Amino acid sequence: MSDQPGQSPDPGELPTVEPETREQTVVVDDVHLTYRIIGGSRRGGAPAAFRRIVLREAAPGQRSVLAVRGVSFSAYRGEAIGLIGPNGSGKSTLLRAVAGLMAPSQGVVWTRGQASLLGVSAAMMGAMSGEQNITLGCLAIGMTPAEIAEQYDSICDFAGIGDFVHMPMNTYSSGMGARLRFAIAAARTPDILLIDEALATGDAQFRRRSEKRILELREQAGTVFLVSHGLAIIRESCTRAIWLEAGKIVLDGDANAVVDAYEDRHDRGSRTAAPAKTQARS
Amino acid sequence: MTLPEAPAPGLQRAGARLPIDEYSRRLWQRRWFVVAYSSASNSVGYEGNFLGQAWQLLTPLFNILVYYLIFGLLLHTNQGVQNYIAYLSIGVFVFGFSTSALITGARSITGNLGLVRTLQFPRAVLPISTTLVALVRLVYSLAVLFPIVVISGEPVTWHWLELVPALALQSLFCLGLAFIVARLGARIPDMTEILPFFARLWMYTSGVMYSVAVFTHGRPGWITNILTLNPGYVYLQLARNALLTGNPITINTWLIAIGWAFGLLAVSYLYFWRGEEEYGNV
Repeated sequence: MSDQPGQSPDPGELPTVEPETREQTVVVDDVHLTYRIIGGSRRGGAPAAFRRIVLREAAPGQRSVLAVRGVSFSAYRGEAIGLIGPNGSGKSTLLRAVAGLMAPSQGVVWTRGQASLLGVSAAMMGAMSGEQNITLGCLAIGMTPAEIAEQYDSICDFAGIGDFVHMPMNTYSSGMGARLRFAIAAARTPDILLIDEALATGDAQFRRRSEKRILELREQAGTVFLVSHGLAIIRESCTRAIWLEAGKIVLDGDANAVVDAYEDRHDRGSRTAAPAKTQARS
Repeated sequence: MTLPEAPAPGLQRAGARLPIDEYSRRLWQRRWFVVAYSSASNSVGYEGNFLGQAWQLLTPLFNILVYYLIFGLLLHTNQGVQNYIAYLSIGVFVFGFSTSALITGARSITGNLGLVRTLQFPRAVLPISTTLVALVRLVYSLAVLFPIVVISGEPVTWHWLELVPALALQSLFCLGLAFIVARLGARIPDMTEILPFFARLWMYTSGVMYSVAVFTHGRPGWITNILTLNPGYVYLQLARNALLTGNPITINTWLIAIGWAFGLLAVSYLYFWRGEEEYGNV
């Protein structure tokens, strides 16, 4: 993988700072996040629903799911934090709260500058050409037409899809689509970068390139959060890891130490799947 | 609601609703996104059909054929109207703008949850965008409407220019409607089931396919008053006055139209803005 993975940024770029003077970029203070679930488990169909209305019973279909239950931590400038945990442990939901996209039901998230999720797929339309989608996606992440004109060529080069850029996106292979989406999403550097499983797409060659771009973004952005099930990626590209389980923090600390503990709990026996680098360290 | 104080200077609450002036400024910065997203979703709506964009013109044409068949030839609601086919066509198209702004506006948040859950932008972008799509479709239908009006024997006069301010005022009113139902629809998903019934009721009480003057003849005065204050009817009258002879209006009609447009827009924009933090939790 790219040069010097997992180490703090180049000393020439960012001065090493003492822990006391480190600048907080994200403060998560006792955050609880709840999803409102409508429908789903209602039983009995229309007659039962009507009966409930007549008898003024509460609809059993209205439930709420606690995705995150009392999480607190601070992140500092220059940190790359991996969020790990099994499916449904609240990792992605927590990222949404840091991005300010979802309001906590309790607690507060504070950020210095804007935190942005890396991803534009929701703004893109399959029936439109790659070209049109570049414009659409870049506008969606807040770029101006002048900035788009400036960056258009480098986005095309980075995506590396050649003449397919003039074709509708639903003619693309899934790898090509993923490359174009990543190229657009990575065109802008936010203050706080949030990445949700973005590395898990594209072919091997593109994966190397996107990892390199993420390292660049990480150096430009103050702080990076990375949600991934690839524990090797967390070890390589994060300085710190937070292990979530059922919406609560189990462990928060040095990336290698947290991933080791996580593997001890969850991956006992499947350690052989980890790359050679990991084994050399332990 | 008392807000906690920032733990350190420079930190802001993630997802905090911006003050209205800053919010409006950010919304203005997103104007290119509004235009690009609206035109993309408008053209995507007809993609995948053999006739593609031709449906922009065919849809209003078939619409008017069906209405003319039922109301003009079968039900004879054309009593007291000089040029019924033109009267009806203006009714169907111009009123159709209000109903489609209403119905698509209610889905503007819930239908774009992907965007709302990944990207940070003033959510007012979404109801503005659905209203703009409805307006663009109205403008396309004018290409069907103008020939109908001319062929049915109406002279082309300078009065036609009055259609511009009339539709501009109606657009502001429709945007106001969209802001209100967008927030309601985000909170109460059942809105999308209720609104079509409301839209139909509104259509039958707005003189789309009959003459209100004939209908109110000999009925109590308060019915006339309500009908002449009804914004659905008011904007129809402005458009008919512009294109048809024999549909005189008074200055009051313009004043009511202006009052509805700016009054509703101001109130509804504030209402929508106050809900800004809710939309990600839908």
